[in-house]
Amino acid sequence: MSGTGLAYPLEGGGAHSHSASPAGLSATEWGMLSFLLSEVAFFSTLIVTYLAYLGKDQSGPTPAVLSLPLVIGTTICLLSSSGTVHLAERALHRGAVGTFVLCWGATILLGAIFILGTGYEWYGLIVDHHLTISTNLFGTTYYTLVGFHAFHVTAGLIVLTIVFILTLRRQVTQHHATAAKLTSWYWHFVDVVWVVVFTVVYLAGR
Amino acid sequence: MSPVLLLAAGGQAAQDLSTFDPVSPPAESIRNLSLLVLAITGFIFIVVEAVLITSIVRFRQRHGNDAAEPPQVYGSQPIEIAWTVAPALIVMVIVLVTTRTLWEVNVKPPEAKPGDNALYVTVVGRQWWWEFDYGQYNGRSLGFVTANELHIPASVEDVARPVYLNLKSADVCHSFWVPRLAGKTDLIPGRTNQMWFQTAERGLFLGQCAEFCGPQHANMLLRVVVDSPEDFRKWLENQQKPAVEEASARDGKAAFLAQSCINCHRVRGTRAAGNYAPDLTHLMSRQTLASGMIPNDPDGKNLRDWIANPQTIKPGCLMPAFGLSDRDRDRIVDYLRTLR
Amino acid sequence: MAVAEQPRELASRNWTAALHDWVTTVDHKKIGILYVVMAVIFLVIGGCEALLIRWQLLVPRNDFLGPDVFNQLFTMHGTTMVFFMGMPILIGMGNYVVPLMIGTRDMAFPRLNAMGFWVTLFGGLLVYFSYATGGAPAIGWFAYAPLTERTFSRTAATDLWALGLIVSGIGTTTAAINFIATILGMRAPGMTLRKIPFFTWTMLWTSVQIVIALPPLTAILIMIVFDRNLGAHFFDTQNGGSALLWQHLFWFFGHPEVYILILPVFGMVSEIVPVFSRKVLFGYEFMAAATAAIVFISLGVWAHHMFAVGMSRTEDLFFVVSSLLVSIPTGIKFFNWLATMYGGRISFASPMLFVAGFLSMFLIGGLTGIMLAAAPWDFQLTDSYFVVGHFHFVLIGGTLFGVFAGIHYWFPKVTGRMLSERLARWQFWLLYVGFNLTFVPMHVSGILGMPRRIYTYDADRGWDFWNQLTTVGALVQVPSFVIFVVNVIWSLPRGEPAGDDPWNAWTLEWTTTSPPPSYNFEEIPTVRSRRPLWDLKHPDDPDWNYE
Repeated sequence: MSGTGLAYPLEGGGAHSHSASPAGLSATEWGMLSFLLSEVAFFSTLIVTYLAYLGKDQSGPTPAVLSLPLVIGTTICLLSSSGTVHLAERALHRGAVGTFVLCWGATILLGAIFILGTGYEWYGLIVDHHLTISTNLFGTTYYTLVGFHAFHVTAGLIVLTIVFILTLRRQVTQHHATAAKLTSWYWHFVDVVWVVVFTVVYLAGR
Repeated sequence: MSPVLLLAAGGQAAQDLSTFDPVSPPAESIRNLSLLVLAITGFIFIVVEAVLITSIVRFRQRHGNDAAEPPQVYGSQPIEIAWTVAPALIVMVIVLVTTRTLWEVNVKPPEAKPGDNALYVTVVGRQWWWEFDYGQYNGRSLGFVTANELHIPASVEDVARPVYLNLKSADVCHSFWVPRLAGKTDLIPGRTNQMWFQTAERGLFLGQCAEFCGPQHANMLLRVVVDSPEDFRKWLENQQKPAVEEASARDGKAAFLAQSCINCHRVRGTRAAGNYAPDLTHLMSRQTLASGMIPNDPDGKNLRDWIANPQTIKPGCLMPAFGLSDRDRDRIVDYLRTLR
Repeated sequence: MAVAEQPRELASRNWTAALHDWVTTVDHKKIGILYVVMAVIFLVIGGCEALLIRWQLLVPRNDFLGPDVFNQLFTMHGTTMVFFMGMPILIGMGNYVVPLMIGTRDMAFPRLNAMGFWVTLFGGLLVYFSYATGGAPAIGWFAYAPLTERTFSRTAATDLWALGLIVSGIGTTTAAINFIATILGMRAPGMTLRKIPFFTWTMLWTSVQIVIALPPLTAILIMIVFDRNLGAHFFDTQNGGSALLWQHLFWFFGHPEVYILILPVFGMVSEIVPVFSRKVLFGYEFMAAATAAIVFISLGVWAHHMFAVGMSRTEDLFFVVSSLLVSIPTGIKFFNWLATMYGGRISFASPMLFVAGFLSMFLIGGLTGIMLAAAPWDFQLTDSYFVVGHFHFVLIGGTLFGVFAGIHYWFPKVTGRMLSERLARWQFWLLYVGFNLTFVPMHVSGILGMPRRIYTYDADRGWDFWNQLTTVGALVQVPSFVIFVVNVIWSLPRGEPAGDDPWNAWTLEWTTTSPPPSYNFEEIPTVRSRRPLWDLKHPDDPDWNYE
């Protein structure tokens, strides 16, 4: 049972080319998409749980205590940040690093406002309405769902900030356009999740 | 089939818990379904294994040359369709018979009304014993609570005496399973499930909890005693009475009432009104203690050992040893032995 | 493992250098081996847990183990075999083979690959740490609420269990992401998705299932950690939480999980059957479609684990139908394997021997699955030893036999040595006989009313004899595992040299040396069909004329 000893044909030359990927996406893009799919599954579970328990409390605060105006404000910031991050990655794709830095920075700022707004909202809920994760079912599901979203926003902000700092040190160039694009996909995803959470928690559920 | 399987058990006379020995309509419906499904899957097994074995034997590589490869067959659409359609048809048949049985077995119990000859009991699963709250029989309210031994009337003399159970849990998930009477139904905290059975066969039917519920899950045993209608009536009458008052046991009763037993246990007609542990009003009417683990011998030896230290018999159970003096313990046991 | 002459003074430095190499490697081949070694170690540990269980159940009212220890053992046995043995060994084998099969140099994300392994291992260690801190969890591997709430499970064991699984779940999910990216984005030129080897196809779909099914588990594990430590009420039934929500969400993960554990094996079998029958895989397209169908349907069957919880008849029926439906594509695969063998020239070298075992046993496991799908019958069978018999038939008869087939098939490629055929036969027959002796009787004791997860049973219930058979069967299996380990250890230095292509196979991994160089291929090959080596060996009659 020895080897075949056959020499493999040298078609395709020495270039490290690959077979066409479905939809023309690269491996890295498929990787980010798969990761985002796993996050969809994760958030779907939290949303399903939130919906399962909506209205089931016998006592304690209900979604009526949620403040719509504040959250509309933070939502506008977060959704706008999707716009700025899109502008940023397109700019980097063109090689316009200056524009990239500006828009990327704006994204971070808007995202930070979202987080600060959430923190302010939670402060009010805890102090004024005595709503904590252990108060009742609404408290449990609300803080978990909104909290994990905020955690994902924060993780995104950290990544955005690292890239921002690297760009200021001139280590991010047009060559990194794909990396910026993939980061922006993550950011868009976080926004899409927020649209769903916002609708479920602040609109439909109240 | 069951006698053969049980015979293999050897040793002492075996109780029959076989799902192939039903004595009640839901268990019978299930048994009928199971035979049909067994026949279908058995047929599939024989055919497919035969093809497998034939292939292995007939197309085994013979010694000698093997440079030539056999003809390469890449596929065949008609064959693929055939062996997609055939299983689909079998699946359809199984779905139909399953639906029929499902509708037969899962029947929503009717409301209790006079003359229905039906017994309504609420079962509360607790770590690790069964509370039986007798609700109505034949439309009449019963209103007593007992534990671990479920007495029901036999459906004899051409009168159906169905038993409807409401299943609840006071703590974690349990499951009520007496195989010969019905399939199992879970007891889920926060919800009420329902099941039913009836049987014409008198005697004792065993089962046990079938959903892992903690350390003593294995010993949360079930005993369903099927009485003749007359015996059942007598049993009901006795259970409905408050606890026996026997002059000779007055000392023991006082000792009992002075202990913390009464925080958990109930003895109707006395100050003991706990509802966390088994109702002891008619303790001696039960054949076993510790939810079926040990016989409730009339001399009270097991009862004595149990009270001295339940943890030696059912480690992890929620009744602690109370460190009673021998004298206190004996007096209490003597009292409890009067609670027929 | 090349044998080269080394000056003596370098010997000890080589030892630490080798360790450093393995600990910091990002090479998919080494990471694959790490996964497999981890899994085999946990297989032995989980097996010991099972032996202790079986010894306790040998006779009624046995006092070898008390309820506390017994309940920890079955919890850890199940958790170990599913999370620290089953998935890691399949991910490991996939890691080694898939990049070679698709003609590329490594996985898409080598560093993520390494992280995934170490994180998976760390999760396992975290769970096992509980043994040292007051006892392992005693909650069952599916950990039904509210038994897992702090009220009913007071020690930190449940927290360690949940945290360990959250951590290892992250590792598993990253591995799946890597597979998807690699398979979709890094195939050799000419290898369209319709031409990938079947094992690669199943690894792709397995990874899709992981990406969809693992995160819900992570979510509910987080929820129980919140309940236990932050006073949340997700499954706190005393305050409105739902025990059923845990069950639904757990089984939404749990059922795809078992397909995660079998699909890669279907892929291995689909590689081995053709090579050892000397015939192309029959019906590749239908097999591929059946795989996708299984993945999608299996997302909709979960509540067949919950038939006894009191769902309505219509809800039960939905899951009856979906569960029975999934048997159709599974059957199609089975028939295609048989059709591949039919008319072939079958050789029963060890890989094919294990495949024969797989085919005969997985059939039975699948058929008992059909019995369980008939919901009313399931009312009797669920939570009884019948189910324990069923899932061991599919997990051992299916997954483990398939894994052994794959190990015997690819060991020569990984090590450059052949495993001993003689020892492999001893291993196979002892396992086959022992396995049947262990698990067939469980179907009987289940039918006779024996529930699962009980640390002891009464003598008068007719279960004694069947439990004795089972325990004896378990003891018969023990030497088979010992022989396997001996075979591996003996063959590494002394096995017959394998060469590049010992089995006369047809996929790209057999074009490299055994073991392959770290860069896999000198030149990335271009392919034109599903069996590039068949095309090379049969230039007059290449596959691409027929596909």
